[in-house]
Amino acid sequence: MVAQNVAFWVLAVVMVAAAIGVVRSRNVVHAALYLVVVLAGVAAQFILLAAEFVAWVQVLIYIGAVVILFLFGIMLTRAPMGSDTPLDNDQRLPAALAALALGVLLVAAVVDAFRGVEIDIAGRSGPTPTSEIARSIFRTFVVPFELVSVLLLAALIGAIVLARRD
Amino acid sequence: MPLTQFLVLAAVLFAVGVYGVLARRNGVLVLMGVELMLNAVTLNLVAFSAQLDAVAGQVFALFVITIAAAEVGVGLAIVLLLYRNLRTPDLDAVDQLKG
Repeated sequence: MVAQNVAFWVLAVVMVAAAIGVVRSRNVVHAALYLVVVLAGVAAQFILLAAEFVAWVQVLIYIGAVVILFLFGIMLTRAPMGSDTPLDNDQRLPAALAALALGVLLVAAVVDAFRGVEIDIAGRSGPTPTSEIARSIFRTFVVPFELVSVLLLAALIGAIVLARRD
Repeated sequence: MPLTQFLVLAAVLFAVGVYGVLARRNGVLVLMGVELMLNAVTLNLVAFSAQLDAVAGQVFALFVITIAAAEVGVGLAIVLLLYRNLRTPDLDAVDQLKG
C-alpha cells in the first residue's frame, strides 16, 4: 500500500507539471510531447488501479494514434515553431481565474463527498481480467458499443469530407 | 489507497485543461486542452470502477477513449479547413459572424 501511494504521488506530480507544460509551452511540438507525458501518466494510474486493459488501450489509442494526429495537425497547419508569435490570446488572466475557481470548487466538492472512502485493491486476485470487460461490453453494453461503432464510422467519413480538397 | 487522491488529481487535470481551452488561440492547442479534460474524466471513471469493484466503469472509460479519438479526428479536420480558408490556425481570426 505504501509503495502504491508513493507511486501515485510521484506520477501525480509529474502529470500536473506536464499538464501545465501543455497549456503554457511556447512551442507547439513541445506541448504535444508534454501531452504524451500526461497520457502515459494516466495509463500508469490505470495500472495502479488494476485496470490493465484500459491502460493498454490508453497507450495504443492516445499515445499511438491521437498524438500522431496532433503532430500531423501541427505540421499541416504550419503552426509557428519559434517563440516569436504568441500562442495565447489576451484573456490569460480571466482564463486562469476561471480555471482556478473551477479547480478549487471541484476539489472541495470531491473531498467533501468522498472523504475516508478507500480503494481496496490488495484484497483482490490480480488485475481486472480482460474477459470480464469483454463480457460486460458484449452483454450489458452491446447497444452503446454498436452506437460507438457507428459514431466512429460517421466521424471517419466526416473527417475525410471536411479535409479533402475539391 | 484513498479514493479522494485520484479524484483530486482528476479535478486538477480538468482545471488545467479548462485553462488551456480558454487561453490558447491556436486550434490544435485548444484540442489538446480538451484531451486533458477527457483524460480527467476517464481517470475518475476507472477510479470509481476500482472502488466499487464494478467493471462497468472501465467499459465506459473505453467508450470515452473511443469518442475522444473520433472527436480529435473531426476537430483536426475542422482546424485544417480553417487553416486552408483563412491561412492561419488562429481561432481569433474566425470572426466572420461578428457584427
